[in-house]
Formats: sequence, C-alpha cells, structure tokens
Amino acid sequence: MLRKTLTVAAIAVAATTVAGAAQARDQLRIVGSSTVYPFTTAVAEQFGKTGKFKTPVVESTGTGGGMKLFCAGIGPEHPDLTNASRRIKSSEVEMCAKNGVADIVEMKVGYDGIVLANSKKGKVITITREQVYLALAKDIVQGGKLVPNPYTTWNQVDPSLPSTKIEVLGPPPTSGTRDSFAEMVMEGGCKKNAALTGLKLDEKAHAKACMTVREDGAYVEAGENDNLIVQKLDANPNAFGVFGYSFLDQNSDKIQGSLIDGVAPSFETVASGKYPVSRPLFVYAKKAHVGQIPGVKEFLAEYTSEKAWGKSGYLGDKGLIPMVDAERKDWAAKINGLENLKM
Amino acid sequence: MTDTAQMAAASSARPAVQIIAARLKRRHAAERRFRRTGLAAVVVSLGFLAILLFTILGNGLSAFSQTYVRLDVTLDAETLGIGDQRSADALASANYQGVVKEALYKRFPSVQGRVEKRELAGLVSSGADTDLRRLLAADPGAVGTTHTLWLVADDNVDMAMKGYISRKPGADGNRLSDRQLGWLAELEAEGAVVKRFNSILFSSGDSREPEQAGLWGAVVGSIYSLAITLLVSFPLGVATAVYLEEFAPKNRWTHLIEVNINNLAAVPSVVFGLLGLAVFLNFFGMPRSAPLVGGLVLALICLPTIIIAGRAALKAVPPSIREAATGLGASRLQVVTDHVLPLAMPGILTGTILGMAHALGETAPLLMIGMVAFIVDIPASPLDPSAVLPVQVYLWADSPERAFVERTSAAIIVLLVFLAVMNLGAIWLRKKFEHRW
Repeated sequence: MLRKTLTVAAIAVAATTVAGAAQARDQLRIVGSSTVYPFTTAVAEQFGKTGKFKTPVVESTGTGGGMKLFCAGIGPEHPDLTNASRRIKSSEVEMCAKNGVADIVEMKVGYDGIVLANSKKGKVITITREQVYLALAKDIVQGGKLVPNPYTTWNQVDPSLPSTKIEVLGPPPTSGTRDSFAEMVMEGGCKKNAALTGLKLDEKAHAKACMTVREDGAYVEAGENDNLIVQKLDANPNAFGVFGYSFLDQNSDKIQGSLIDGVAPSFETVASGKYPVSRPLFVYAKKAHVGQIPGVKEFLAEYTSEKAWGKSGYLGDKGLIPMVDAERKDWAAKINGLENLKM
Repeated sequence: MTDTAQMAAASSARPAVQIIAARLKRRHAAERRFRRTGLAAVVVSLGFLAILLFTILGNGLSAFSQTYVRLDVTLDAETLGIGDQRSADALASANYQGVVKEALYKRFPSVQGRVEKRELAGLVSSGADTDLRRLLAADPGAVGTTHTLWLVADDNVDMAMKGYISRKPGADGNRLSDRQLGWLAELEAEGAVVKRFNSILFSSGDSREPEQAGLWGAVVGSIYSLAITLLVSFPLGVATAVYLEEFAPKNRWTHLIEVNINNLAAVPSVVFGLLGLAVFLNFFGMPRSAPLVGGLVLALICLPTIIIAGRAALKAVPPSIREAATGLGASRLQVVTDHVLPLAMPGILTGTILGMAHALGETAPLLMIGMVAFIVDIPASPLDPSAVLPVQVYLWADSPERAFVERTSAAIIVLLVFLAVMNLGAIWLRKKFEHRW
C-alpha cells in the first residue's frame, strides 16, 4: 500500500516537472509597482473578458524589482511589461540593453496624487509644503544651525494650524509612496525654507536635511497597507495620514484631504497639475515580445483606449487621474506606433 | 514519618509541627499560584483568540451575502451590436453592458443627460454582463427575448445595503449620490433589491471589482500547492526519518546531518523562496507563479518538521516490538515496514499535518516565485499561474475599495475553515491508525 503510494507520487512529480520545463507561454506577464498594480489589473481583467486572450498575470513587485525582472532578458521566461511609479532610470535602460532588451515602448498612463488627509470628524486644514517639512523633518534650522525638531503641536509650526499634537501616519521607507512624499513634499517644502537654504549646506547634507523624517513618534510608520491608515484616521480625528489619492477617493465619506499650497486634492486639480503633489505613472513594454507572446500590442491598445484611460474611463473609477486630452492623444499615437523610448 | 516522630520526641513537639505545617502551607500556596498563573495564561490566550474570531467574523460574515438587483433585460440584437450574427465569437464580444444599461434606462425613463445616465448605470456591477454572456452562450436563440434577471449590484450599492456607507441623502463625500440613493430606495420599495448568498465568492477567480471577486482560484491554487507539497515532502521526510532512526550508523556524520535538519526547521521561510527562485525557476526553467513550484518550495519548508516529528514517533515505538519481530526471523526492512512504521504512523501524520498547516499560511516564499499576483483564470493544472489563499488575503487587504475590507475577512474565514478541515483530517487519521500496547 505504502510502496504503491510512493511510486505513484514519484511518477506524478516527475511527469509534471518535465511538462513544466517544456511549456511555452500564451499569456502576458506583467510585474512592477504596487501603485500602478490596481490600474494594470483592471485593464488586464477587461482584456481577458473579451475572450480572445487569456487574462494577463500581474505581479506586484515594486518598481525597482519589476525593472530588474523586466530587464533580465528576452524570451518567454521574462515578463513582457513592467509597471513603474516613476520614469525608468538611465541605469535601468543600460541594464536592459546589456541583457538584450534594446527596444522598449514607454507608456505614460496618467497621474497619481499623494494626499495628506484626516478624519471628517476633524477640520480641513490648509497647509504649505514648507509647513509640512517643518513639522516632519528630523532636524530643522533654528538660530542658524540644525537642531532636532522642537515642534510638538501644529500651531507651533504656524499659528494658522490647529493646536493639536503633530501625529502623521504614513508608509515606511520601503514604499514608493514614501519616496514620492519625501521628494515632492519634504524636498519641495525645504527649498522654500529660507533658514535652511541660508545655511548653504553641500548637496548631500542638504538632501539629507530635507528628506529625513523625524523618528520621535510624530511620524508613525503605519505599514504599507493604506487601508489600515484610513481605518486608524477614522478612529483618531487628530491624526493625519499620507497615502495615494485613490484611497481618499474611495473613502471620501470618512476622510478629507488637506489643501496643500492652497489647492485641494481632486480629480481636476491633480490632472491639471495644480495640485503640487502628483506623479506620473508608467508602464514599459518589451518590443521584442510583440508577435512572440500573443497580445502585447492588443493589451497596449486596450490600455490606451478612451474607455480605459479616458476622462470617464474605468481606470478613473479606480482612482487613476487621466492626462489631459491632447497629451493622451499624443501618447496613444506614440504607444500604438510602438515608438522606442527616448531618454 | 519516623524522622518526624524522632524529631518530635527529641525536641519540643510544637515548633517542628509548626515548621512543617508552615512549609506545607507555602508549598500548597506555591502550587496554587502556579495553577492560577497557568489558568490565567490559558484565559488570556483564549481571550485573544475570541477577539480575533469575533473581529474576523464581525467583519467578514456580511461578505457571504451579496446584493442583487432585479431588472427586465431585453436581449436586443441591435443594442448587442451583433446584427444577424449568431456565431459564438460574435456572441462572446457582444455589448452586454449596453443591454444592461438600456434595461436601467427603461426602468427609470425620466433619467436624461450623460452624468445622470452614468450614475444610473453605476447601480449595477460592470461585471453583471457575465450572466448574460452565459445565458446567450447556452441558448443563442434567446436574442430578442426579454428576461427578468437578478443582476449583481455595484459594490457601492452593496456596501450601502449592508450599512457600511450612509444611505442618508445629503451626506458629504458619499460614494453614492443622492440621486442614486433615491433610485435604490425606489427599487427596494418594489422588492427589486435583495441580498442573496454570495456564490460568486466561491466560484470565480480574483477581480478588481469587489462584487465580482472570488476565492475559488486561490482555493484551487492552495489545493494544488498542498497536494504537491504532500507528494514531495511526505515520502522524502518519512524515508529520511526511517533511515536516520533505523538504519544509519550513529557517527559524527549522522550527528551533523541531524543538527542541520534541526537548524533548517528554524530558517526563515523567505530564504526557501529565494532558493526556489534560484533552483526551480532559474535553473530548471519551471514556469513562474505555478502551484507546482509553490508546492516544491513549501515542501522544503515542511521537510524538517516532518523529519523531526517522524524521528520522534519512530523513537517512541518500544524496542520490544523490534526485538520480537527480529526474533521471529523478520529482516530489518520487514521490521520497519511491517511493524515499526505502522505503529509510528499516527505521530508521523501529526507532524505532517503541522508542517502542511504551516505551509498553507505561507506567503513570503511565494513572493519570490511570482505567486503574489493578480490572477483571474482558475488554474486547470498545477502548471497554470495561480494564487493561494493567504496571498489572496494579502492582495485584498491592500485594495482601496471599501468592499474588499469585508472580503478580506471572508477570505480569512475560508482559510481558517480550510485549516480546521485539515486538522480534523489529521485527528481522524490518527485515531484510525492508533495502536495501544
């Protein structure tokens, strides 16, 4: 009895292994950023529904991890597309080229805003990026030198802000949202901080002073899960949270976005670029896989169709902020013509 | 007793008795304290378990029902955009959403204007067309007929019906507009909105629309992965345990192997994921995201547990059994396969189930081999891309849509039930094979 089971097991394992090694791919594989993941998956689902192609498999590996997999080479064992919450770096283009991935099609899919939000039980605040920087930087300039951030309540930063304790829940340093927050809010804010620019620090020290977030409990690393931050904000009306615009959009009955530099985060303000904290999102495709793996061109066509990324397309329902009409048309022509990436 | 009697006789009786009585009292008190601490520990852990189950059930039970909206849908060839064609291809790519929208416009004829129409269409799930597609695929002759159908409601409507979002008109920032709430109330008044058992959750794969998202793909993926894990790790683990315990000489080498196996049991699982990536994917060229590779990686994680439990179970078989069998002329192999192994089987099985339960809950190693992914199609074989249950929990927990909150908890409930079924199986097997001597 036991011997029989063992033999059957061994044969089954051997058979599946051999079959696995000999398999070709009839399904698109996409890797990359977790920020672009909700949008690419929505397109993938629609793409699969038409029935002509299998639904693509979308992995959430982070932008950098995705680039590594994408640039590893040509062939069915490598992914066909990668999501990125920032533009591809020249070092990554070089890495791609070294592995034979020479022709890359770049697709800008739209924008994502980063919001500073609190519970609707609290008041909407108007804050500048400089004030956010002053409230959250590890060291700030006082009396001509860098000192550990002394502020404990918002109104110490600026009298117009509420008198509550500074408590901001946000993603940890491993997150792309945190990178963008540091780059666009913290760095953008400290450029306007005359006290810091007056110190004339060298570039490295300046960047460090700008982007280092305080670690004394005012900024709480609440994990990668933005849903959790939303739930915590609902429970604590005095706390603020940092996350992507789509989470504000989906939970607008519970939380409200703060006005940054006088502009409230909304579909229109992010799309037009008026809201200062927004970033473009990208998808990159391997030209060498067009015609080799079924569906690459058709997938790009679905992504760039008006019903997907258009003003009232389904990606908008998922929280993607579309580009303006002319820009969209321009990109669609470039993408569907499979134009090569130009750095 | 005699000591006490002598001591009592030698000195004055009372102090000795008192000393002993006091010591006895202290010993009893110590025992009571120990018992109370133990009991407190049990109560605290039960309390945490209760809180966990309570929150998960409280959040997740509502996901087992889903709101449906009744509509009279006319399968008009023109709206479907298929003309006179009735081929399977034409029917598959027909405009079913258009038909659903027409049905809504017909139900609320007063609705005019683009914005209003868009809001109205938002009451029904954008995936409600799957039922229609199925209906026509089964019976192409149904084109042109009118059917009264229960269509899946949009996730926002579902959330409102379940009380997760406010149904009071005029609330600022509500996901449903006042108009939508009005239509919903009208439909509800005529009994055209009901909550039913959410069969989609148990029959379809993942989806970005919460109301269309199901666990079945992940359940099938978990079953395939665990089947592969069992097929690989059980024979290997038992063979290793039997060899080390019954046949291997006791020397420095076997001792070294033993220490290494014990260490392996403590290696973080993500390391096994990296190993799987390097060996199974990069070296053997197996497909990414496949339960086959997932099962192999999980088998590596289970192996040490099975070997350690197996050796303990083999050790527990009394030597008299081996001696008696040998005395009656059995060879060493016969002693093991006919006597020792059957007696050790309950212990080995317990270890195996523990290892498998551990494997069922793993996500970290699967991240490395591409199983943390959005996969819609239900895997038809262990080679097709697939997610597993804990991965589905992780992916849903990270989705912005409100309706995924309850579905995350529902997925956890299904995972726990899966685990409970596995453990019950283990208990049953153990009872079946148990011998007493």
